[in-house]
Amino acid sequence: MPTLTQRLANPTRFLALSSALLPWVATAAGLLIAWGLMLAAKAPPDYQQAHTVKIMFIHVPCAWLAMAVYVVIAISSFGYLVYRHPLADVSARAAAPIGAAFTLLALITGSLWGKPMWGTFWEWDARMTSVLILFFLYLGLIALRTSFDDEALAAQNTAILALVGIVILPVIKYSVDFWNTLHQPSTGGTLSIDKSFRIPLLVMAAGFTLLFAALHMKAMANEILRRRIRTMTLAAVERAGAGIPDKPQAAE
Amino acid sequence: MIAEFGRHAPYIIGSYAVVALVVAGLIAWVLIDGRRLAREIERLEAQGVRRRSARGRDETAGDGAPRG
Repeated sequence: MPTLTQRLANPTRFLALSSALLPWVATAAGLLIAWGLMLAAKAPPDYQQAHTVKIMFIHVPCAWLAMAVYVVIAISSFGYLVYRHPLADVSARAAAPIGAAFTLLALITGSLWGKPMWGTFWEWDARMTSVLILFFLYLGLIALRTSFDDEALAAQNTAILALVGIVILPVIKYSVDFWNTLHQPSTGGTLSIDKSFRIPLLVMAAGFTLLFAALHMKAMANEILRRRIRTMTLAAVERAGAGIPDKPQAAE
Repeated sequence: MIAEFGRHAPYIIGSYAVVALVVAGLIAWVLIDGRRLAREIERLEAQGVRRRSARGRDETAGDGAPRG
């Protein structure tokens, strides 16, 4: 019996499944984020950080997605290089711009949180610098992809870079433990946070994760359509070269 | 509520505004790109251009007459 990934290897089947799932995933994401924002608005001020703690409810989900999206790209790249799964490269390519956007948001919101708390927008400490490297890595993946005319060669090189780049994730995760940083240490999966902050944070994190799932699904569907257009355009050029008309002539 | 934020208001509101802007941009990007690509496929199909797999289906679709 074929596995789920084998069944999804057919792009047409993936398009049908994603178009059926997308409205539900997008609606669930919207509802969770709306609920999370309501809970965040009601959250009390922190005894040290006052109301700036509200930035946590968007900064942490963005930072979490910055790393999680990279894991998706790395798994997809592995799937492409090892199993030649037809949708693996589509997934890696579709996820890169979304991951770059969430990493940029993590950097900006962290910077806006840092100024009132640390007195500076930026410090070249291990956590901030390693997340900046992750952002550049995303940009590198996007740039490398567009630098090859050969689609297969681009996919292969981008997949190798993505797998090599995964080394940045443990550096980001443990940077606050290995080095003396301005950034606070890990909260142990939010367990050390008071319930009044933890619940809105977890709801927002779930909402943002579903938002990514919806964006990724739609971006993958777009990438499949883009590849179909390329194939159809090439077919049209070949037919034109062979002197075959585009449309069958009407019977006279 | 915003009045309670005091001197931290620009940082809090700024953070939420940037996230809202970028997320709206991402949503607009995937939707607009999807519509543009769907239109392009329709345009190519209207010209009679088919993918090889679609041609194969068309050619065995009943009347046996090859299409496009």
